[in-house]
Amino acid sequence: MKIYGVALLAGCFLLGKILGNILGQLININNDIGGVGFAMFLLMFSSIYLRNKGWLVKESEKGILFWSSIYIPIVVAMAATLNVKAAVSGGFVAIFAGIGATMVCLVFVPVIAKIGRRNESGS
Amino acid sequence: MEIVNNVISKNGLIFAFLFVGIIMLLSFWISKNITRKKIPAVAIAIIIGLALAFLGDKKGISDITIFAGVALLGGSMLRDFAIVATAMGADLYKIKQAGLAGTIALFVGVFVSFFVGALVAISFGYSDAESIATIGAGACTYIVGPVTGSALGASSEVIAISVATGIIKTVFLTISTPLIAHKIQLNSPHSAIVFGGLLGTTSGVIAGLAATDEKLVPYGALTATFYTGLGCLLCPSVFYLSLKLLNF
Repeated sequence: MKIYGVALLAGCFLLGKILGNILGQLININNDIGGVGFAMFLLMFSSIYLRNKGWLVKESEKGILFWSSIYIPIVVAMAATLNVKAAVSGGFVAIFAGIGATMVCLVFVPVIAKIGRRNESGS
Repeated sequence: MEIVNNVISKNGLIFAFLFVGIIMLLSFWISKNITRKKIPAVAIAIIIGLALAFLGDKKGISDITIFAGVALLGGSMLRDFAIVATAMGADLYKIKQAGLAGTIALFVGVFVSFFVGALVAISFGYSDAESIATIGAGACTYIVGPVTGSALGASSEVIAISVATGIIKTVFLTISTPLIAHKIQLNSPHSAIVFGGLLGTTSGVIAGLAATDEKLVPYGALTATFYTGLGCLLCPSVFYLSLKLLNF
């Protein structure tokens, strides 16, 4: 049943968020640190484990695949609900700082992306 | 008409599905027939979304009553749920391989964004460490900015600027990623993990990657999700104290 997949996803999601919040509290910032990341790892590990055990069948996986296919519409909805007026009214400081930081970080992408690859060819 | 309005506002989320579905349909049509697939449909859909956000106010189009449900569909709960689901298609081996690069990218990303933001703040005449740190933090994400600002007791005007800075980063990243992807070699899970760690603003990272290559989304999201937390940790502490040491 598809709901088994959705339930597995929901379980991983909540557990990941709880871990993220605990981590946030441990280092004294009341924020979720990496909750989504933990949840993604939990889902990857548990789905591999359950598939090997033969407990996660194709039909259940469809419940998870539906949600992973719906994220693009969700991103569009998210874009439509951003506070774009505030972005424009933040003045030149915000424009320069926002665009400047983004461009400098983009330049670093190919530089840092070399790191693991160099190790890979070396080992 | 009143009945229609009533039904729509009582079933906001369902109306949001229809609304976004129509935007997607329109975007695919524009992409195919007008731009000859040169601009990806997803990128067009996101730009339409951003443009529609101007119709509203703080919460974009969802400030208009009948579009209130769009805020639920695009809110952090369903967004994070769907992003976690994309992990099903991710390759664990590739993630392990890029682990070190991703971690370094996170620290470099937070530092560089803060540094550039702080530099801009200084060049615009801000001279107190609290304001400089808050604007620098805003250049990380629009959450790190206000968290840092309220921790340091920055003025509400500066906090508003830091939020604006973060949103501009998100919007600019969303639009520029598909255009620049080729130049920065953003074409593999490995580089997407680094990209997510460097840029860090989850909404911008996933929207930018979705518009570039859908397969890369889970990898970028994976590292980006740690960024805001790391920023909230470093900006009001280590980075702020460094500014103090530099006599601001």
